[in-house]
Amino acid sequence: MSAELDLAGRVVELVRRLAGPDAQAEVVVTRSELALSRFANSFIHQSVAESGTTVRLRLYTDGRTAAGSGSLVDTDGLTALVERTLTASRLAPPDPAWPGLTPPAPVPPATVFDEATAYASADERATRVRAFVDAVGGLEAAGYCRTAYRSGAFANSAGHSAVGRTAEAAMDGIARTGGSDGVARHCADRLADIDGAALGTRAAAKARAAVDPVELPPGRYEVVLEPAAVADLLQNLAWYGFNGKRYIERQSFAEPGQAQFDPAVTLVDDPLHASGLPYDLEGTPRRALPLVDAGTTRAVAYDRRSGAEAGAGSTGHGMVGGSTFGPIPRNLRLLPTGDRAAGGPGAAGGRVSGGVTGAVADPDTAALVAGMARGVLVTDFWYTRVLDPKRLVITGLTRNGVWLIEDGVPTRAVRDFRFTESYPRALGPGRVLGLGRTPVRQPDRVDGAWWEAPPLRLASWHFTGGASG
Amino acid sequence: MTEFEAATAAVQAALDAGARYADARVMHRRYESMSARNGDIEELTQDESIGLGVRALVGSSWGFHAVPELSDAAAREAGRRAAATATASARVPGPPVDLVPVPAAVASWASDCAVDPLGVPLSDKGDLLVRATTTMREHGADLAEGLYQIWDTAKWFVSSEGHRIDQRIRECGGGISATSIGDGETQRRSWPSYRGQYGTTGWELVTSLDLAGHAARIAEESRELLTAPECPAGETDLILGGEQLALQIHESVGHAIELDRILGWEAAFAGTSWLDLSRLGSLRYGSELMNITIDPTIPGALGSFGFDDEGSPAVKRDAVRAGRWVGVLAGRDSAAVAGLGYGGSVRADGWARLPMVRMTNVGLEPGPHTLDEIIDATDDGVLMDLNRSWSIDDKRLNFQFGCEVGWEVKKGRRGRMLRNPTYTGIGPVFWRSMDMLSSEIVPWGTPNCGKGQPGQVGHTGHPAAPARFRNVRVGVRA
Repeated sequence: MSAELDLAGRVVELVRRLAGPDAQAEVVVTRSELALSRFANSFIHQSVAESGTTVRLRLYTDGRTAAGSGSLVDTDGLTALVERTLTASRLAPPDPAWPGLTPPAPVPPATVFDEATAYASADERATRVRAFVDAVGGLEAAGYCRTAYRSGAFANSAGHSAVGRTAEAAMDGIARTGGSDGVARHCADRLADIDGAALGTRAAAKARAAVDPVELPPGRYEVVLEPAAVADLLQNLAWYGFNGKRYIERQSFAEPGQAQFDPAVTLVDDPLHASGLPYDLEGTPRRALPLVDAGTTRAVAYDRRSGAEAGAGSTGHGMVGGSTFGPIPRNLRLLPTGDRAAGGPGAAGGRVSGGVTGAVADPDTAALVAGMARGVLVTDFWYTRVLDPKRLVITGLTRNGVWLIEDGVPTRAVRDFRFTESYPRALGPGRVLGLGRTPVRQPDRVDGAWWEAPPLRLASWHFTGGASG
Repeated sequence: MTEFEAATAAVQAALDAGARYADARVMHRRYESMSARNGDIEELTQDESIGLGVRALVGSSWGFHAVPELSDAAAREAGRRAAATATASARVPGPPVDLVPVPAAVASWASDCAVDPLGVPLSDKGDLLVRATTTMREHGADLAEGLYQIWDTAKWFVSSEGHRIDQRIRECGGGISATSIGDGETQRRSWPSYRGQYGTTGWELVTSLDLAGHAARIAEESRELLTAPECPAGETDLILGGEQLALQIHESVGHAIELDRILGWEAAFAGTSWLDLSRLGSLRYGSELMNITIDPTIPGALGSFGFDDEGSPAVKRDAVRAGRWVGVLAGRDSAAVAGLGYGGSVRADGWARLPMVRMTNVGLEPGPHTLDEIIDATDDGVLMDLNRSWSIDDKRLNFQFGCEVGWEVKKGRRGRMLRNPTYTGIGPVFWRSMDMLSSEIVPWGTPNCGKGQPGQVGHTGHPAAPARFRNVRVGVRA
């Protein structure tokens, strides 16, 4: 038995002793070792690490619910957590929508775990930063290299339990020159797969290609979005569209069964595709959830409460803050051409070096750009926010490199745009003109969440402002 | 062992391991939140966390390590590991880091609190949210939501220079929102702002908001918005309510004057700043009406404290005076790099996070007008209030904001309600166009300011009042 499962079991037993046999309790224990080395102006300026254990308890007794967490795991700390949560539940208003506990069910073990990543040292992170900085060839470099290890357990008073552990590494860096930035980022199950030199080389090439940008007039442009930019689409679709709570509240665009997207779009929330805990906050086993299949919306994500309200059951998306923000799929994959049974407008590998050198950094993107008569290549999006939740109209900016494409090659670097666009509309039927073959996993701001996509060519993107307003 | 003893042990261990400066914070934070939806309590959460974070300076780099234990052994190990982490950074070294001098304070400080928010019965707090959300439903809202949050933080700070400071900061606040759902769109109205108003105060702040008293009105307004005309597109005179102007200050002034951004330390993530230190003291940021202070001493404002998280005492400073940029938000290290003489704006989000430059209370000083006078003086414009969306570029120049509600202003009168109001602009151009500013200042609290890697959530305050801006582009849409 793992130490975390032992702790979780002790809390369940404490609840039984202090609240009686009818109290329903679920306990999640997570031990974490998180470390991150940050660099800016080409040196490491902040390097941090934290160790900790969090115990989360949700308690339902006498028709009332309360939840709490604590960081103290000795007997006094656990007892205090149970007592204050029990007190809160007794004073809380009634909870008629309590969905009950997850019944016992097998939870498959996680398939990927790299011990070396879990216990990586500050030296190992610094080595990758050194490689990134060396690779940018004298440009300014900034970014981070991080590792995360979590070992966890779940237990509830219905007799269900689960354990798991996960390790993840990520690097995200920019190279800077003359007011222009280039970016490269990658998320992996093993720190050994994070290649600081390769990322630095790509970022530097993009930064050099982005100098002397011209300002283009706002308007609708055909675009190729690199995986960093596509990740933003996936993230916003997940938070506001495939979120079961928002769907129930009729605030989501999602209409399961409807062909809302281009047939080239197949989206899967696939937590077991990478290292991750195999259960959610409520102990529900996590599994792949097809959200969009060849353009047709198939499902939204639920936790137990929203799943009960929808009459659908949990899809394994219970998460901290889920009652407020809703259950959010956070391991989205936009499947590339080769991964789908029904082929879409996939792209063959293309020429990398045409036009502005460095603007197109891989064959996948090159193939999409090659088919474009006139349009814009976008590396990354920034500060995207929802203007209209129902239609998922988003405003935001481009970042880290934009280029004008003419006759299939990048001809000029372009100053950043502001855009205002409905994401589902941009991905709608007939609007996806191409999809790459090679997905790249992009890290989220927190470990455990990631967004994996190939580059994407879209028929239209609404740029509503330029750098000067 | 006491909290001070644990922090002292961690600092000493870091020094013994080679640090030339170290500090440590023990933090004990209790957090409570309750949310309600459509007349039912949706979630009640009570979290408690205690731990120690130690920061060690070796060469040009900070190393930081945090542990959830206060034993002597755990504290010393944290100190050693912080120094070791900083030492490893020498593989990618930078220029030496100095710290601007700060007197080694030995002090205690606590925020004002008339009614302990954690002491108010849960049933009372729940009843308030249930009543307000029920009223909103009765008055037409499809989705009625209410929320309060409480933080009670005690911290003990020790530095290798002799600081020994304990503080207790109690923060709370709350709000309600009504959403009406139409054919293909949703409209929301909130009070007093989306997810609420917050301060370093007791429950008296929530009581003063009169959430239940505003529930019917905002529900009806959210439904009215569904059939209101769209905000017209074009350039016009824009009047912003105080809550929206608070976020405008936060995004286009507060973040822009963060010295770590100006120095490039946040370049890869939060971004940099359009401000150039060589123009500090001479740059025209806005109109003569624009006077913005950095003031962590404002009683009850969300960004107030006695000392920041590296032991600098709370001091009021000018950021913009009569439209001219004159000050920054700084820490001891960034100030030394920039050749400035003050820090005072460094905070950490809990014991497990590295202290970094954060906003305190960054806001406007009162202007000479009132909102009524501003409307009276406007021949043709739009009044917008309560933030709905915000987006700004990585240099803090190009922004676009959406608000919950707008109203036509014609010939000095507030007219029809407008839906989906948005406006966009470039920071200094926008601020230079401010020609009327109200005296009706409210210290708006923003409890969700994200920055740093790993991510940190900051609590900031923004005194703001209604103001008018000339020739602003409004009505941007997809």
